[in-house]
Amino acid sequence: MIDEKAVTDFIYREAELLDTMQWQGWLDLFHPEGRYWMPLEWQQQDPVLQPSLMYEDLLLLKVRVERLAGERTFSQKPKSRCHHLLQAPQIVACDTAAGVFKARTSYIYTETRGDMLERYSGWASHDFVLIGDALKIKLKRVDLINFDAPFGNIQLFM
Amino acid sequence: MSRYSGNARSIAALVREAEVHRDVYIDPEIFDIEMEHLFPNSWVYVGHASQLAKPGDFVTATIGRQPVLASRHSDGSIHVFYNRCPHKGVKIATEPCGNTGKFFRCPYHAWSFKTDGSLLAIPLKKGYEGTGFGDTEANEGLSRIKNVVVYRDFIFARLNETGVSFEDYFGQSLSTIDNMVDRSPEGRLEIVAAPIRYMHTCNWKMLVENQTDTCHPMVAHESSAGTAVKVWKREQGDSTETPMAVQLYGPFMSPYEFYEQSGIRIWPNGHGHTGVANSIHSNYADVGGYLGQMIAAYGETRANEILGEVRHNTVYFPNIMVKGAVQILRNFIPIAVDKTLVESWVYRLVGAPDKLYERALMYNRFINAPTSIVGHDDLEMYERAQEGLKSNGNQWVNLRRLFERDEQPDVIAVINGTSERQMRNQFHAWAKFMTMDMDKQVEAAE
Repeated sequence: MIDEKAVTDFIYREAELLDTMQWQGWLDLFHPEGRYWMPLEWQQQDPVLQPSLMYEDLLLLKVRVERLAGERTFSQKPKSRCHHLLQAPQIVACDTAAGVFKARTSYIYTETRGDMLERYSGWASHDFVLIGDALKIKLKRVDLINFDAPFGNIQLFM
Repeated sequence: MSRYSGNARSIAALVREAEVHRDVYIDPEIFDIEMEHLFPNSWVYVGHASQLAKPGDFVTATIGRQPVLASRHSDGSIHVFYNRCPHKGVKIATEPCGNTGKFFRCPYHAWSFKTDGSLLAIPLKKGYEGTGFGDTEANEGLSRIKNVVVYRDFIFARLNETGVSFEDYFGQSLSTIDNMVDRSPEGRLEIVAAPIRYMHTCNWKMLVENQTDTCHPMVAHESSAGTAVKVWKREQGDSTETPMAVQLYGPFMSPYEFYEQSGIRIWPNGHGHTGVANSIHSNYADVGGYLGQMIAAYGETRANEILGEVRHNTVYFPNIMVKGAVQILRNFIPIAVDKTLVESWVYRLVGAPDKLYERALMYNRFINAPTSIVGHDDLEMYERAQEGLKSNGNQWVNLRRLFERDEQPDVIAVINGTSERQMRNQFHAWAKFMTMDMDKQVEAAE
């Protein structure tokens, strides 16, 4: 039985894993068919035939995580760090019988590297599935308020 | 102290046969001169006619630092204007694109203009009677850029009234645009979405040069493409089909020998492309149904000829790169001497399978987005160069790889694919278009 608190706790735990750079622990939160999506349009519907900033499966997320630790990953010398400031997640669906769990979380995200510090605001939408009695991320969708602005490097995960 | 302004000789001296002085990347005065001379003397990409499908459609753009506006008039013609009201200078259009209806209307005092730029109406017009208004520039409406060419739907403009003609400027280099358009079974491309935008804290020319730099991918992108190849090898298990993502990343790790034999072709006026014999785009999986569509449209011989031409990056001097094989155009928009906005557009091949558009969009977000790991590798190098070039120890950038003593400027040639000759070609054009409208001033001063 998954209750609303379990969904909320999952989202807080995910942010903690990212903020403490426990990348493998973060990847373990995903369903094997899970996706991480950063749209490039307002209320975008299609991640495949409309442009996105990111639309990645677990293989590509593993590439990113492995790259962060690479000896010749010069854009991580020095390393980036991040901070998630989350509003209390809004539970959109929490139905164990149907296996449907969805939440939407407003956030401010900070990414820093060396003397640079950048702030981003947006909404994270989580779509979960159950594997056994554990929640797994089927889709994490990250909508920035200014998705259409030209950013510099965003190297970590919102 | 002004070192370069109005001094064609000192500007030309920044470019040697195979070296360039660091001031071309870091000196704000040089940047100002580029904006005042190089960009107005060049043919610069403004937009694509598919963005102006209907009368009243418009796009905004910049040429150098000049804000411009392109519109589709009621008679179907395309016009490019300086994007300011002739009254008080207010920008007429601020959105990237839209439809203005039958006329443009300035939001400040409601002066209005037809979509060919001519003045339509001014409220309380009688206040201008007997004032001599009819003899002013304002009476002409929006200031029109006279030199505009729409080549196979690609809109280019040259700000200066006199200069090199479009045909002489681009010459045979237009073959890359031809090939990209021909890849549509209907011979037509369209833009259906916004570009990916990515801010770079470096000089715009570093980005342009990097497009034909074939000795950096296996080094700078070992962290991204190399890791992708490594992770796939480990994770693929008994999978026999290479995912589209790995097909796109993998070829970046091709060895030097691959790039050497694939070749570079240079054209006059600073244009050139990598991937003559073949390229990193040559071995993508076939998309079902596409070849059949192409053969039906063009016949077998011509279809194979079009699809057999798989060029890598084509630089159109000064500041765009076209990738015909994956239908991408990157626009390197100069903002400041150390700031460049990169807008990467994807064109849809009209009449072709969606899978090709899907692949082009994937390529664009893998390579050209602020969230792209390949982009992270490159921007790190540009930023380090922007900082490192401040060093006084050695003030020259070395472009001597495969330099030949008898190299001629402004010629067509096919050369070894690891040559830095296209960069030399660009800088020869840079010196030419920086100074071509200064010569008279210099002579007058002497």
